[in-house]
Amino acid sequence: MKTKIRNGILNLLSLGVLVYFLWWAPGNLDGYKLRIINLIAINAILGLSLNLIYGMTGMFSLGHAGFMAIGAYVSALLILTPEQKVTMWILDPIAPWLLNFHTPFIVSLVLAGLAASFLGWLIALPVLRLGGDYLGIATLGFAEIIRILIVNLTPLTNGSLGLKGIPAHTDLWMSYGCLLVVLLFMIRLMKSNFGNVLRAVRDDEIAAKTMGIDTFQTRVLAFVIGCFGGGVGGALMGNLITTIDPKMFMITQTYSLLMVVVVGGLGSITGSVIGSILVTTLLEWLRFVENPVTIGSFHIPGIPGMRMVIFSVLLIVIIIFRREGIMGTREFSWDWFFPTGAPGEKSETKGVGQ
Amino acid sequence: MKNPEGKAAQNIVLKIKDVTLRFGGLVAVGDLSMNVPEGSITGLIGPNGAGKTTVFNVITGFYKPTKGSVDFMGKPLTGLPPHKVCEAGLSRTFQNIRLFHNETVLENVMIGSYVRQKGRWWQNLLPFVFPAALREEREIRAGSLELLAHLGLAEQADAVSSSLPYGAQRRLEIARALATRPKFLLLDEPAAGMNPQESVELLNFIRKLRDDFDLTILLIEHDMKVVMGVCEYIWVLDRGLLIAEGSPETIRTNPQVIEAYLGKDAPVGDGPVGASPPVQ
Repeated sequence: MKTKIRNGILNLLSLGVLVYFLWWAPGNLDGYKLRIINLIAINAILGLSLNLIYGMTGMFSLGHAGFMAIGAYVSALLILTPEQKVTMWILDPIAPWLLNFHTPFIVSLVLAGLAASFLGWLIALPVLRLGGDYLGIATLGFAEIIRILIVNLTPLTNGSLGLKGIPAHTDLWMSYGCLLVVLLFMIRLMKSNFGNVLRAVRDDEIAAKTMGIDTFQTRVLAFVIGCFGGGVGGALMGNLITTIDPKMFMITQTYSLLMVVVVGGLGSITGSVIGSILVTTLLEWLRFVENPVTIGSFHIPGIPGMRMVIFSVLLIVIIIFRREGIMGTREFSWDWFFPTGAPGEKSETKGVGQ
Repeated sequence: MKNPEGKAAQNIVLKIKDVTLRFGGLVAVGDLSMNVPEGSITGLIGPNGAGKTTVFNVITGFYKPTKGSVDFMGKPLTGLPPHKVCEAGLSRTFQNIRLFHNETVLENVMIGSYVRQKGRWWQNLLPFVFPAALREEREIRAGSLELLAHLGLAEQADAVSSSLPYGAQRRLEIARALATRPKFLLLDEPAAGMNPQESVELLNFIRKLRDDFDLTILLIEHDMKVVMGVCEYIWVLDRGLLIAEGSPETIRTNPQVIEAYLGKDAPVGDGPVGASPPVQ
């Protein structure tokens, strides 16, 4: 009981620190840094939703970029004003029924999530009967189909020109608010018995069936929830960058999310948050390797894409030497800082303070 | 229920009728009919490859029989998927233990309880709106701890299940099966890998289970000491066919059974079947 109160206080304290930081940051950091801080939250949301699918329920899905695309487009199409839409559709006129759709940002965020999960559900029904690598290939294919549909459905999506001038609704409060909601959701979910059931389906499907668990329905459910997170993350991303086009949602997007999850630790909520911080900042920081460098008399011209090469090497190193990622399946606990604390009494898992 | 005269009056709880299962040209189980009376401990034995585990898989819904039917308490089980079979009240263990390795002992048992859990998954996300769901979770946790205590695993409740010693893993698998609140328990070689001392303990343990949890137990076993010691009635399979049935005494001396286990020209002598049980 004592540790519970202590953890409660510590959680509130770290929440306070986070709130103070979010209040302090906009006035004191430049736009580039703010964008990275925003991206950390968005990547954490996306990483958590992918972790629910891959790390916790054990479905190797490579389709997350597709669901992000759905979310980003649905949200953007709902936010843009009719005037903006008319001027933007140059190649083909916009579908008339779409022209006057207009909703507030929060509504568009929820609808983006719902649209992504509905599509996820449609895809899940045939695809989740597959397992292992086959599932990865099939979901990858579906993500690519979604992208190609977006390119070609010009009256709906403005094709490869993308959408521009999306209002920048995603500020620090919005992205971290969403992250907090997602975190609370995941913590409650994974601590409940249903969380145990998800892990059971991952660990041994036959035994799970024998225990009376409808493994297929459980997997579909986890997949659909994960897709919701993907859609919301995509919508937030679109409203942060204010421009979206189909090229944003290629396999590399899924790949960097996969990295967030794998680096952090498959099946760990804390891990996904840490992974998001590491991967997002590293991806930005490593940009210097793409600049031309002069060492002494050697001049190395900048090679675009070099940071992805370095990142791939890093990923390989992690897979070889620390396959379980930074956290493994463990979770953050305040007990780490209180080694004398009563053992056995599990404390609240928290990702706040980042 | 232990006297043979009373058997006719007993309810047949599991009824297998003319079940045939073919894999291509191979007849894994051929025209098998057997009845298991309520509250009994029944054995299903036979040499390796006789089709015992296949029968279990047919009962629990992992295989659909080519022909025939399985009835449980008057309701047909044939064609139901495994999780529905579990809901109907049958639970099983596996020959090679299948625990959820990354989960703790307690979590393993809680997963077993899930099939009887009424609260929906999303209700636990809003504990203030659905206090009943939260209370149910607590009850499941408490009930699982109680079950573990009953099976002598309470001290290991927070240990990861794969870290348990072999015998404890077997017991945990049974605990997990019991958490689904079954009326019928199928044990697939519960004594496999146990030493004689542990096997004797297992005998008492199985009887205690039956009495404490009001179960009917059907078990596959190679260890003849266990089979003869605990089973009230035995069915013998060989190459997918039923070759004998009866009380342990009649099975022990049945020439067909001896032949199936030891071969045709083996010097039978005065040794019972259990003298040299085939090692799996």
